[in-house]
Amino acid sequence: MNVIELKDIVKTYDMGGAEEVHALRGVSVAIAKNEYVAIMGPSGSGKSTLMNIIGCLDTPTSGVYQFNGVNVSEMDDNDLARVRNKEIGFVFQTFNLLPRSDALHNVELPLIYGGYGAGERKQRALETLTHVGLGDRVHHKPNELSGGQRQRVAVARALVTRPSIILADEPTGNLDSKTGEEIMGLFEELHHQGNTIILVTHEADIAEHAHRVVRLRDGLVETDEPVRRRHAAAASAS
Amino acid sequence: MHILAEFKEGLLISLRAIRGNKMRSVLTTLGIVIGVVSVTLMATAIEGVDRAFARSAAAFGTDVLYIQRFPWVSNEDWALIRNRRLIEVGYASKIDRQVKLSDAVAPVVGTRRRTTNGNLSMEDAFVSGTTHMFMMAAGVTLADGRFFTAEESNGGRPVCAIGANVAETLFPHEDPLGKVVRVSGHPYTVIGIFEKQGGLFGVFTSDNRVIVPLFSFQSHFGGRRDATIQVRVADVKQMDDAKIELEGIMRKIRRIAPGKQNDFNINQQELLTQTFAPISLVIASIGLFITGLSLFVGGIGIMNIMFVSVSERTKEIGIRKAIGARRRTILMQFLIEAAALCLFGGVIGLAIAFPLSLIVDQVLPTAMPLSVVAISIIISLAVGLISGFLPAYRAAKMDPVEALRYE
Repeated sequence: MNVIELKDIVKTYDMGGAEEVHALRGVSVAIAKNEYVAIMGPSGSGKSTLMNIIGCLDTPTSGVYQFNGVNVSEMDDNDLARVRNKEIGFVFQTFNLLPRSDALHNVELPLIYGGYGAGERKQRALETLTHVGLGDRVHHKPNELSGGQRQRVAVARALVTRPSIILADEPTGNLDSKTGEEIMGLFEELHHQGNTIILVTHEADIAEHAHRVVRLRDGLVETDEPVRRRHAAAASAS
Repeated sequence: MHILAEFKEGLLISLRAIRGNKMRSVLTTLGIVIGVVSVTLMATAIEGVDRAFARSAAAFGTDVLYIQRFPWVSNEDWALIRNRRLIEVGYASKIDRQVKLSDAVAPVVGTRRRTTNGNLSMEDAFVSGTTHMFMMAAGVTLADGRFFTAEESNGGRPVCAIGANVAETLFPHEDPLGKVVRVSGHPYTVIGIFEKQGGLFGVFTSDNRVIVPLFSFQSHFGGRRDATIQVRVADVKQMDDAKIELEGIMRKIRRIAPGKQNDFNINQQELLTQTFAPISLVIASIGLFITGLSLFVGGIGIMNIMFVSVSERTKEIGIRKAIGARRRTILMQFLIEAAALCLFGGVIGLAIAFPLSLIVDQVLPTAMPLSVVAISIIISLAVGLISGFLPAYRAAKMDPVEALRYE
């Protein structure tokens, strides 16, 4: 069964007056459980809009979006918040951690909004931080951590609710290439552990880490194909 | 459980935000502090005026009727009543013989005289002449000594009972009992001291009085004076009936033809309290309204800073929404912050107002009522919630996509 099914998704922004921007003109994509998909495209292709819709941060103007078989295209704010909380783990380019909170609290935050008890929150957050290799940094604040460590905290925050998908928006955009490779390695590992990962990027070499690439251009899907060669090479290397 | 965890998170964030912007928080809170100080002090002062009035009014006794030439409180045209006949001292015994619902009748005449003890003097003591029935008819108590007896009263003995102020002024270092005071030169032996009654800025106070037997008063200070006949009603529940009875007796004594208006008044404490209550209410309302304005201004300050706080933390709001914070969560977070600021202000304001109320107490005996403490805490909390609502609502309604994009 598909985790994500987008059918004829259209998103039009009313810029005031008669002017309208057609960010998405009818996009249909299905993503199955445990897929590792990259969404690519130059700026203005609509990939950010698509990511916002997939991430339930925004709703389409028309079309149907089914998440785990549930139509989320017409949900209200609070229901969308619940889906984001339970089903989607975000990883952003700029990390987007709360600057005044330590790593542990940042990772606990989705569990607070999910209504978990204090004991379970702490235990799960600690487990997840250890899982991403930050077991010894849990009480550091973001400004006391390196870029790669911050992104690991963000990944831990995304993972801690055991979501249906991990949605990463240019996760290596603010990292040097070596640290970027480390983070991509972490995603590879998460994928092997059974997570569904959607990567939004404009960099081809980052997209090649995925097993399938969806290319957008001018609000439409240009190509949608598996990445065979790189995947085979990575598999034989490991 | 869920909402509790969110509340705790909200509290944690607000405290962190307030600590993170110390100077700003202090300045904003200052508005609330000033508002709470002025409102609580005003309430304390009003309480003081009310108390002082209640105490002064109590001196008149709830069960005592005062038959007098003029009303205490009146809308009547002064020109119509100014020529009324005097109330004569002799009415008292006539009333005493006829009255059924009252158990004590005392005539009182008064004048202001210089009263001295050696070099110490009081220029304007209220000197009253009355009978031994006064103690029953006036509802006052002695702090020390005794009042004059029927024999002393009838015999016009040179004895007196003095008010607390007179005792303090003329006998600062000694016990006045048994000593002699001179009233316009006439010697009187002090046999009793009244309990201190206090009063409203000394206006209504009865602590300046010197009470002497009626006959000695008349021989020393003149006989033909307007008197007050004080009548104590046996049963407070029968005040109205007693008043009607007295009115009938007085009309008979004064020979007022049927159909003609009374040319005297029967006054009672209730008149004063009835008159004072609306005045007090108006003063309290105006006072609290004006001081309330400063609290209002403080609330605007809170609202202003909350708007700043919300727009500064747009990004944070976006992050929280992305990971699952609902509208109500964000709303609550900012409401808690505004309420916490105001609550701090309220508590600090009270801490400042309390010592100030002790200073007010020197001028106007009062105490900060506990209800004022509770109310000002509740009000500052309410100010926080009200002025925080608009900014919090704006934060809660933010579009997560735009909020995340904000730098």
